Amino acid sequence: MLRVIGKRLLLLVPTLVGLSLLLFLWVRALPGGPATALLGERATPEAIERINALYGFDRPLWEQYVTYMGRLVTGDFGVSIETGRPVLEEFARRFPATLELATFAILFAVLIGVPLGYLAAKHYGRAIDHGSVVLSLLGIVVPVFFLAFILKYVFAVQLGWFPPDGRQDPRIDATHATGFWVLDGFLTGELDAAGDAFLHLVLPGIALGTIPLAIIVRITRASVLDVLGADYVRTARSKGILESTIRDRFVLRNAMLPVVTTIGLQVGLLISGAVLTETVFAFAGVGQFLASAIFARDFPVLQGFILFIAVGYALINLVVDVSYSFIDPRVRVQ
Amino acid sequence: MSAVLPPASDASIAPEPQEPKGPAPREAGTSVWGAAFARMRRNPQAIAGAAIVLLFVLVAILAPILAPFAGTALPGRAEITPTSIPVPGELAQYPLGLDRFGGDVLSKLIWGAQASLLIGLVSTALGLAGGMLLGLIAAGFGGWVDNVVMRVVDILLSVPNLLLAVSIAAVLGQTPAAVMIAIGASQVPIFARLLRSSMLQQRSADYVLAAQTLGLSRRTITMSHVLPNSLGPVVVQATLALATAVIDAAALSFLGLGGGRPETAEWGRMLTYAQNELAIAPHLAFLPGICIAITALGFTLFGESLREALDPRQRKA
Repeated sequence: MLRVIGKRLLLLVPTLVGLSLLLFLWVRALPGGPATALLGERATPEAIERINALYGFDRPLWEQYVTYMGRLVTGDFGVSIETGRPVLEEFARRFPATLELATFAILFAVLIGVPLGYLAAKHYGRAIDHGSVVLSLLGIVVPVFFLAFILKYVFAVQLGWFPPDGRQDPRIDATHATGFWVLDGFLTGELDAAGDAFLHLVLPGIALGTIPLAIIVRITRASVLDVLGADYVRTARSKGILESTIRDRFVLRNAMLPVVTTIGLQVGLLISGAVLTETVFAFAGVGQFLASAIFARDFPVLQGFILFIAVGYALINLVVDVSYSFIDPRVRVQ
Repeated sequence: MSAVLPPASDASIAPEPQEPKGPAPREAGTSVWGAAFARMRRNPQAIAGAAIVLLFVLVAILAPILAPFAGTALPGRAEITPTSIPVPGELAQYPLGLDRFGGDVLSKLIWGAQASLLIGLVSTALGLAGGMLLGLIAAGFGGWVDNVVMRVVDILLSVPNLLLAVSIAAVLGQTPAAVMIAIGASQVPIFARLLRSSMLQQRSADYVLAAQTLGLSRRTITMSHVLPNSLGPVVVQATLALATAVIDAAALSFLGLGGGRPETAEWGRMLTYAQNELAIAPHLAFLPGICIAITALGFTLFGESLREALDPRQRKA
C-alpha cells in the first residue's frame, strides 16, 4: 500500500513540473511582457525597464526558469504585488478560513445528498425521486454566485437570521490560535465566538455546497438504483435478512464507491466556487484573496495559487483512491 | 464468410443529425443519429430542453426587434436616485424596472441573451475545435505522440475548469474576446480526452476490422470510419458545454474580467452591479440570474437527453 502511494506521489512530479513550466511561460508570453501585465498598458518605458530589472525579466529565458524552479522547490512562491508579503505566507494566513468553509460545504452536501439520493432510488418514480431529480438539476444550472445572492438577500437582508458577510461579528473579541475560528472558540472556551463563527459559515457554506450536493444526489441515486437491482440484494432479501441490514451492509456499502470518487472530484468545484462565494460574502479566505488578485493583476499570487490548488487537488484524489480499498476490499489499489 | 459493413455504421458517417425515415426507429438502415432523434422526440425532457434553447436563440437573434431600447441606452437616467431604483411594474414604459445606470432591464436582458449566445457558441466552438484536433492527433497517431498530448491534457485537467478560464482571461486582458478564448481554452482538455477515448473504443469495433480486411488505409479508416462514429460523446459534451459556458462567462464577468463599460447588456455584468443594490432593488439580481439558470437548464436538459438517446445500453433496452 505504501509503495503504491509512493508511486502515485512520484507520478505527480512530472505533472507539477509541466504545470509550473506552463505557468512560467504563461506570464512571459504576454504581449508586452510581464512588466506590461503588472503595470498596465499605459506604463512608461522607464518603469517597465525598472520592473524588468527588479524581477529579472531581462535575463535569458532558461536562466529565469532555473531561478524560478529553484525558488519553487524551496517553497518560495514570490511576493504578492498587492500586499508586498510572500505569497506562501498570504495563503497560509487565509487557508484555514477556506478549509473551514469547504468542510462545512462538503459536510452539508454529503449529509443531505447521500440520504436524499438513497431515498430517491428506494422510492424510484415517486414524489421524492422526482423532487431529487429537480433539485439536482437546479443545483447544477444555478450559478454559485447567484445562489449566494439569493441566500444573502432572503436569509440575511430580509429575515436577518444569519449575518450577511465576514467571518465573525466585529464586536466579538476572540482569540484565534489555529485560524479555524469555530474550533478556536471551542479550544479557548469562548462558545459565543464559536457559535457566531459557525453562523457566519452557514450561508456561504450552503451556497458553496449546493453544486456538490446536486451531483452527489444524482450519483448516489444512480448508484443505489444499480445496486438495488443486483442479484445479491434479491438473494439477501429472499433469505429474509433485515431490511436495515440489507441497506447498510449490501446496498450502501456497494453503492458508495462512485459516490466517494465524485466527492473527491468535487474539490475542484469547491475551490472555484470559493472564489465566487467568498467574494459575495466578504469571507476572508484564499478565494476572496484570489478574486482581488485577479482585479489587481497580481500574477505571483495567481501563479502560486494555481500550483497550490493542483497539488491539493491531486493529493485529495490520491486519498480518495486509497480509501476505495477500505470501503471495498475487492478493490486493491494498483 | 465475407466481412460486410453493418449498414448502421455506414449511414452514421454523416455527422449531421438526420430525421428518422420511418415510424420504427430501430429498423435496419436508420442511422444512429436518426434513431437518437426519434427517441428524443418521445422524451418530454428533451422537448422541454429544446423549447428553452429555441426560445433563447430566437430572443438572441431577434433582439433588435424585441428590445424596446438599445443595449447601451440609458433611457431612464432621470428616474434613478441614490436611494431608489424603479422596480418592475412601477413605471409603465419600463416593465421590468430600471438598473442603477438608468438602463431598461427588459431591453438589457434581451440583449444579454444575444451576448450569452455569442459567448457560448464562440467559446464552445473554440474548445471543440482545439480539443478535437488534440484528441484526433492523440488517437490517430498513438505511441509517443499520444503520450505527449495526453500528458499536456492531464496537466491542464489538474487545474479546475473555471480557474483555468480565469487565469487565461486574466492574462489576455479585459476584452469580451478574452473571455471567449479563455472559456474555450478551458474546455479543450475535456473534449480532447473524450474524443480520444471514444476513438480508441471505436477502433476495436468489428467494422474497423472489416475495413482493414478490405485493405483500406489507416488514414481512411481513422478519418471516414472511426472519427464519425466517435462523435456521439463529443456532441453531447458540446451541448452541456454551452450551459457551462453561459454560467462561466457570467462568473468571469462577475470577477471583473470581460472588459467593456459597466452598463454593458450582459447577464453576468448585470449581476455584478446588482450586488450593491440588493437591499433596494433585488430584481436587478434575480432577473439576470434566472435568465442564466433557465438558459443553462435548457442546454443541460437537451444535452442529457441526447446522451441518453445515444447511449448504446439504452438502445438495447
